[in-house]
Amino acid sequence: MLAYIVRRVLYAIPILIGVNLITFLLFFVVNTPDDMARMQLGAKRITPDAIEKWKAERGYDKPLLYNSRKSGVQKLTETIFYEKSVRLFAFDFGAAEDKRDIAHEIRMRWAPSLALAIPMLIVGLAVNISFAMFMAFFRATYLDFWGVVVCVAMMSISTLFYIIGGQYVASKLWHLVPISGYAGGLDAAKFLVLPVLIGVVGGIGSGGRWYRTLFLEEMGKDYVRTARAKGLAESAVLFRHVLKNAMIPILTGVVVVIPLLFMGSLLTESFFGIPGLGSYTIDAIQAQDFAVVRSMVFIGSVLYILGLLLTDLSYTLVDPRIRLE
Amino acid sequence: MRIFLIFLLFLSGCGEVWNDPYPAAERGKNILYSSFAERPKHLDPVQSYTEDEARFTQQVYEPPLQYHYLKRPYELIPLTATEVPMPRLIEGGKFTVYEIRIRPGIRYQPHPGFVAANHELSGSRIGKLGSPYELPLGTRELTADDYIYQIKRLAHPRLHSPIFGLMAEYIVGMGQYAERLKKLSSSGWLDLRQHPLKGVERVDSHTFRVTLNGSYPQFVYWLAMPFFAPVPWEAEKFFEQPGMAEKNFTLDWWPVGTGPYMLTENNPNARMVLERNPNFHGETYPSEGERGDAEAGLLADAGQPIPFVDRVVFSREKEMIPYWNKFLQGYYDISAISSDVFDQAVRVSLEGDSTVSAEMEEKGIRLTTSVATSTGYVAFNWDDPVVGGQKSGEPAERARKLRHAISIAFDVEEQISIFANGRGIAAQGPIAPGIFGYREGREGINPHVYDWTGDKPRRKSIEVARKLLAEAGYPGGRDAKSGQPLVLYLDTVARGPGDKSAFDWYRRQFEKLDLQLEIRTTDWNRFQEKIRKGTTQIFRLGWNADYPDPENFLFLLHGPQSRARSQGENAANYVNAEYDALFEKMKNMANSPERQRIIERMVEIARRDAPWVWGTHPKDYSLRHVWLANDKPNNMARNGIKYLKLDVEKRAALRREWNRPVLWPVGLIVLVLALSAIPAVVSYRRRERMAARPAG
Repeated sequence: MLAYIVRRVLYAIPILIGVNLITFLLFFVVNTPDDMARMQLGAKRITPDAIEKWKAERGYDKPLLYNSRKSGVQKLTETIFYEKSVRLFAFDFGAAEDKRDIAHEIRMRWAPSLALAIPMLIVGLAVNISFAMFMAFFRATYLDFWGVVVCVAMMSISTLFYIIGGQYVASKLWHLVPISGYAGGLDAAKFLVLPVLIGVVGGIGSGGRWYRTLFLEEMGKDYVRTARAKGLAESAVLFRHVLKNAMIPILTGVVVVIPLLFMGSLLTESFFGIPGLGSYTIDAIQAQDFAVVRSMVFIGSVLYILGLLLTDLSYTLVDPRIRLE
Repeated sequence: MRIFLIFLLFLSGCGEVWNDPYPAAERGKNILYSSFAERPKHLDPVQSYTEDEARFTQQVYEPPLQYHYLKRPYELIPLTATEVPMPRLIEGGKFTVYEIRIRPGIRYQPHPGFVAANHELSGSRIGKLGSPYELPLGTRELTADDYIYQIKRLAHPRLHSPIFGLMAEYIVGMGQYAERLKKLSSSGWLDLRQHPLKGVERVDSHTFRVTLNGSYPQFVYWLAMPFFAPVPWEAEKFFEQPGMAEKNFTLDWWPVGTGPYMLTENNPNARMVLERNPNFHGETYPSEGERGDAEAGLLADAGQPIPFVDRVVFSREKEMIPYWNKFLQGYYDISAISSDVFDQAVRVSLEGDSTVSAEMEEKGIRLTTSVATSTGYVAFNWDDPVVGGQKSGEPAERARKLRHAISIAFDVEEQISIFANGRGIAAQGPIAPGIFGYREGREGINPHVYDWTGDKPRRKSIEVARKLLAEAGYPGGRDAKSGQPLVLYLDTVARGPGDKSAFDWYRRQFEKLDLQLEIRTTDWNRFQEKIRKGTTQIFRLGWNADYPDPENFLFLLHGPQSRARSQGENAANYVNAEYDALFEKMKNMANSPERQRIIERMVEIARRDAPWVWGTHPKDYSLRHVWLANDKPNNMARNGIKYLKLDVEKRAALRREWNRPVLWPVGLIVLVLALSAIPAVVSYRRRERMAARPAG
């Protein structure tokens, strides 16, 4: 197992270099260092000299990928790509273009992101499983039929609709919770209940349908027939046997997203004014802040690789037949 | 269900209203609530140049002068200075000297930078700090040296002051000073006190002198901007300590001033908090205003000490919908009006007068409008071979007629009505209303585009435009020689699908003359690049005035400041020798009938040449709740929070009235869910009791 983990970690290095290179190329296809300087320095009374100074100060006065004026290895190291990328692998994110320390920002923002994402995941999982079990229990009845119809309808509705509709109904009409905002500690609860509820409701359609399919697949297997033949109640069959076996794909699907919870939700955080990492990323894209964009993409990639590794490991835990070699 | 009930109990513990986004401890306090959408980029007065940032910096930093809060036209009055300095020409006009005397006894806000021990903090001590204000705080008196220090900072090689280029032209020795500092610059604190700047001298502890090359009467307006606010050297030294930047403790994020407020909470991701500066020198509410101010209740607090509000909480609101709803719920005291909510908020009469809608009126919300000191225009690139003016003789005359024809066809009034909900007035020239040189009424209209009919200007008919087009060599929108249709190109920034209707409207304006318009959309950077390179033909742009002087508008058409040739602000690259000569003469004059005559001549030249389709001077609309008093828009300054007054009790009462929790729908939902579960329960029980069915 250890050898497997080490091998996966080593595989991650070229993947991260590749992701970093693609991010770099995509960013600089649509932005030039001059654009970044103008964005940061403002639109009024900016002189070419000020732009050159800004670029020189931040190392954007060098060639992007290849420095033909240098010799030897410096042809590659004296470039924007090398200088901006190499520190990432030591998790040294440096400062944003507005000079705010990125690591400090991440430290300030991860907690609100998790405060939103973790309850959304746990409650969502519980609701989706319950709803899917309900449909599976009443399979081939009108309850199942209408359950699927509701799922399809809910899947077809945009997340934005749930957000705006939820804010309108719960906050504007009924005055139950603040429409947006955030506070630390226990005070966060009143700001999080609505986005969590909306996130859960918005996820019922896809989650419910997927889990229902998993349960129905399991319910057609021999061990279920055996359990029924033994005279077990249907509820016992479902909860004691079907759920346990269907949890393998559910668990692996959940494990892969756990590390990514850290990255926050772009849309929900923006609409509810939650100062998490999702809104940080959106802000950085809008402000053409390459330092933040590349850091967040890098962290996202690392977390995704970690999630995949955890998924593989979780297979071995939930299914004893699987061995990692 | 149990969890849900517990949550309801938790919310009910939050007080009478459940949707209050602010901590319970803040209830009943004299706190002004506002919002911000974009993170401020800079709060250092040497760099900060946007209105969003000025909302914070101008409450903290105090330049020598300020604009009178109520009087219009805008009038400069002393802030920390004893009087508005008068220019003194020396050496036969070669130089101008401004001597500024600061009032004694003004003290800085409490700040750790004023405690010597805080200049030698260990890394671990800094690492544990949550805010600089956790350290022992000190203060000291404001001196002329602090103003001198800040003026020197404009040339600091590691700070990028947007006005350095301009000031280097005028302040004696500033260009060389910047070069000298560049050689000295290292990564640590650069003690500018050790490096004198020739054009800025200390006369005594409370007086300093600025010497300018030649004459620059507009300099006095810069003395009302935070660029010329004092910065204590101690603060800069304090923040330059190793480890401070990693905590985001920098002067760029933690302003230090003498103003009525100090920034005590700085979280640009969520909220920024200004608190009353306990060392504020004191100021009184103005006792004079313009006509109508007394009737509007704006002089009710005349002579009262300000600021009235103890604390200002700015919350980050990135999206319009939650922001607007929070304003309606009373959680923001003041609000701008976006196009999305305009119809809900404002009712426009047939005469064009705006009042609040019935819904707003019911809540007691008041509307304030003012014409902004800005202009939005459609420019013709003067270097373009078709619409430009870089020709002479007949081709120049034909191009001029083409521009005039387009100017007539381009129905600015309709544009304002459709796309700005009537919030704006059609421009008659480059100068915005409220600025010296602007003319109202018949004398002020652009005779090339409008006729004066009765009591208002009326756009010339499309037939006149067609005739001009024919004279320009494009009868029926086709080149008279080749017979080919004339295709014109408009460069603009595309912001989203919502722009389509605007672009269709633009095309229709040109179709009135049978001209074809190709709209080339791009992002802001590419758009700017095209303008810089002069590769556009027609484009949209705008300008917000820095100060209320006609020079700040007329320079947008000054030939030597062409964007393509010298990276100046003349984006149309317009050149006219007579206009340029008059500009040179006008810019250094004080307001006088002679200056007015020159301006009128310049405006007439520009109107005749028509390098722009004179577009719009937008109107700012803002709403305020009934509990907020003394709000008057000021386009030149953003330091108005100190004049605002709250009726906290009325606010609390109305918030309670507007935000009573409505619980019955929740009960109904629970009931419906419970009832809908009954068939499932019945079905489940039946299944569980069902006997095994026979096979087959």
